Amino acid sequence: MQEEDRGAQELYVYDTGEGLVFSYGPQHPGTGHFRLIVRVLGDTVIDIEPDAGFVHRGEEKMCESKTWITNIPHLERPVILDSAGILYPYCLAVEKLMGVEPPPRAKYLRALMAELNRIGSHFYYFALYGVFLGIPTPFLWSFGDREFIVDLVQFIGGQRITHSYFVPGGVRNDAPAKVPAKLVQHFRTWYSEATGRRPSESELTDNFHKYVLHVADFIDSRLDYYWDLMLDNSIFITRTRGVGMLTPEEVASLGAVGVTLRASGLKRDVRVDEPYDAYGEVKFEIPVMVEGDGYARAVIAFREMKESLKIIRQLVEGMPDGPFKLKQHPINIRVPAGEAFARAEAAHGEMAYYIRSDGSDKPYRVRILAPSFRNLIVIPYTTRGKRIADIPVLYWSNNYWPVEWDR
Amino acid sequence: MSEDTAPSPRVAAALGRLKQFLGEKLSAVTVDKKIIKVSVAPEALAEAAALLKEMGLDHVKGVTGVDLVALKPSEKAIEIIYHAGSYLDDELAPYVVNLAAKLPRENPVTESLVKIWPSAEYHERETYEMLGVVFKGHPNLKRLLLPEWWSDIPPLRKDYRPPGRE
Repeated sequence: MQEEDRGAQELYVYDTGEGLVFSYGPQHPGTGHFRLIVRVLGDTVIDIEPDAGFVHRGEEKMCESKTWITNIPHLERPVILDSAGILYPYCLAVEKLMGVEPPPRAKYLRALMAELNRIGSHFYYFALYGVFLGIPTPFLWSFGDREFIVDLVQFIGGQRITHSYFVPGGVRNDAPAKVPAKLVQHFRTWYSEATGRRPSESELTDNFHKYVLHVADFIDSRLDYYWDLMLDNSIFITRTRGVGMLTPEEVASLGAVGVTLRASGLKRDVRVDEPYDAYGEVKFEIPVMVEGDGYARAVIAFREMKESLKIIRQLVEGMPDGPFKLKQHPINIRVPAGEAFARAEAAHGEMAYYIRSDGSDKPYRVRILAPSFRNLIVIPYTTRGKRIADIPVLYWSNNYWPVEWDR
Repeated sequence: MSEDTAPSPRVAAALGRLKQFLGEKLSAVTVDKKIIKVSVAPEALAEAAALLKEMGLDHVKGVTGVDLVALKPSEKAIEIIYHAGSYLDDELAPYVVNLAAKLPRENPVTESLVKIWPSAEYHERETYEMLGVVFKGHPNLKRLLLPEWWSDIPPLRKDYRPPGRE
């Protein structure tokens, strides 16, 4: 009964005698579907507790009643901006159980898709970071520039977001040879404006390969504008520097992932630590900062996008020919009994799956170890003792996505 | 290929030490490239975790609970798995150690490992509400994702049937 009483109380603002308790969310400035129960004295946060589950869909239970292939579309729904990242380890784990390896071209296409999604997701991170701090321009810019990435994703995977592109044993379809000429014409203007160069008719054609390289150049030039707009902006710097600092030992103890991890001086990235698919064949740096604060995290995201562009250029240039999947699976494939654990670096951080099969056409157990869920513990840890006005930075700087947490 | 699949000498030595310390309580060790699974008796879970932490596995990537009732009906067990990894140790970083123990399904109670691995806090809470595993000594063991009015059995148990999917 006490439990119920407390549940009712938590919905309202009330005074405990040792501080005022109120709900921060679920409809708060920035992204929603998530609430923090905050206890404050004056404007100092004494205690904070994340309350999750507003968008819990029971993905793990759903997996047990769908087949190995029909699980793919719903598994990527929690992170629509990074559908490739959240699905990647599922396919890797199923492949481990089946004992198969995708053909070389599929490995490149997958990595290409994952990097495009990473850039799209980081653009969203910038967009909302700006909104959280009262700088609305990055939101409009990010969504405009992201459009060219999303177009590419659509040409490769057939959908702007949630493309269900990855399947165990390869990808669903091949990349196209050409992109629509009308789009190239439209892109040409934007390209010249961002880079200051006007590509000749033979340089930028509707050839897919050439178009992707130009989009990479375009995003690269555009990112410099973001540096001036956000990361070199005195409002942004004052609001984020020194906020939510974490030492490497604290990060290791909390098990944080993604930008939070790398902003605290730890050079960890699954793409390098345990290379999968084409990542062993491309050269890139893991950006690392030592400050461990909200500002360093934004810089890490910025530099990660630059590295992703490097990877995309290498992938497109080195893309081997050949088949893009092992074979067309029937919808009810049977996966040999056993267990598998696989991980990949998604946009929000290290994404892992633990899968158990009993040899039937449906998984016995699918455990989704989502990066946002792992970063959750960072919010109360860094927020205690801080000011209410710092909560948006402490929350959003971790590149956090509530739907991924809830699953 | 062979040096790629076998664990490095240091990891092999650490596994040997684990065997030496736990003796009978260590039931199985399986190595699949960089993924190592260590199965122990439930009462040895905290001891094994402390040893792994000392060896350099500084965080957990998650806690998984598997209801084994349909897979192995004779065992009547719930298997819990701590996926441990390392950030601070360069050599251990590529490895994932899955520390597993089988708890009785009727009364799944185990000691919380939050004191050893603070990163397990929310994962243990999720396992508590989804499979009904009670973690003794957990600082804040209550529901996380399920709605407040939930009154059914833990939903990730195999005998829970989602409405409309009977």
